[in-house]
Amino acid sequence: MSTSTDRIERKILLKAPLARVWRALSDAREFGDWFGVDFKGKSFVAGESVHGQITYPGYEHIVMEVFIERVVPERLLAWRWHPAAIDPTVDYSQEPTTLVVFELEAGDGGVLLSVVESGFDKVPPARRATAFRMNSSGWDEQMKNIQKHVAAS
Amino acid sequence: MRLRLIAALCVGGAMSITQLTAGTHVTRQAITKHLDVLASAGLVRDTKVGRERLWEFERAQLDEARRSLEMIARQWDYALAKLKRAVES
Repeated sequence: MSTSTDRIERKILLKAPLARVWRALSDAREFGDWFGVDFKGKSFVAGESVHGQITYPGYEHIVMEVFIERVVPERLLAWRWHPAAIDPTVDYSQEPTTLVVFELEAGDGGVLLSVVESGFDKVPPARRATAFRMNSSGWDEQMKNIQKHVAAS
Repeated sequence: MRLRLIAALCVGGAMSITQLTAGTHVTRQAITKHLDVLASAGLVRDTKVGRERLWEFERAQLDEARRSLEMIARQWDYALAKLKRAVES
């Protein structure tokens, strides 16, 4: 486990073709389908913002907004957002963003996807984890469900 | 420099500016400036012991930062598991 407080890094091996994985990441609507946000009719274009309603149960009142930094087909998608921007009375635009970078690497076993989210040191501690991202028991429960499904299929 | 300050405080417990500058070429002013930055990030804090102002490592805040990061990392694990399910089916 990294001792850095500024970044998170996660990797996962996906047994699917590169083009398939890239589509699931770069096609905004399809991204939203598995991530849990409504990005229907939206596109991920560098230099543009995309926003949509969260579709994850219990959080449908939250709008998720990302600013697309970089798109390199079948290799990299990067965006900026405000972690846990769930208070409608707060103007988050003045607050620091974190950078999320997805990178793809095709290999023999499938596609290695890495996600790095960085910039937490600049984010006020109170913002780093609030209800949306802090519902750890709920998320853990879901994680177990998903892992069960993935293992069984 | 800030990393060295944190390391020093981790090992040495609460220390004064004098102790922190000892054996270095760094001025009191510079060290104080660095400590102020670390304090606003919640990593160190100052306490008064008698007439002395001592600086110490704020373990609680660092643990908190790490904990919230772990939670966010778990959300990413969850999201990636959903992606895996979507592309592998």
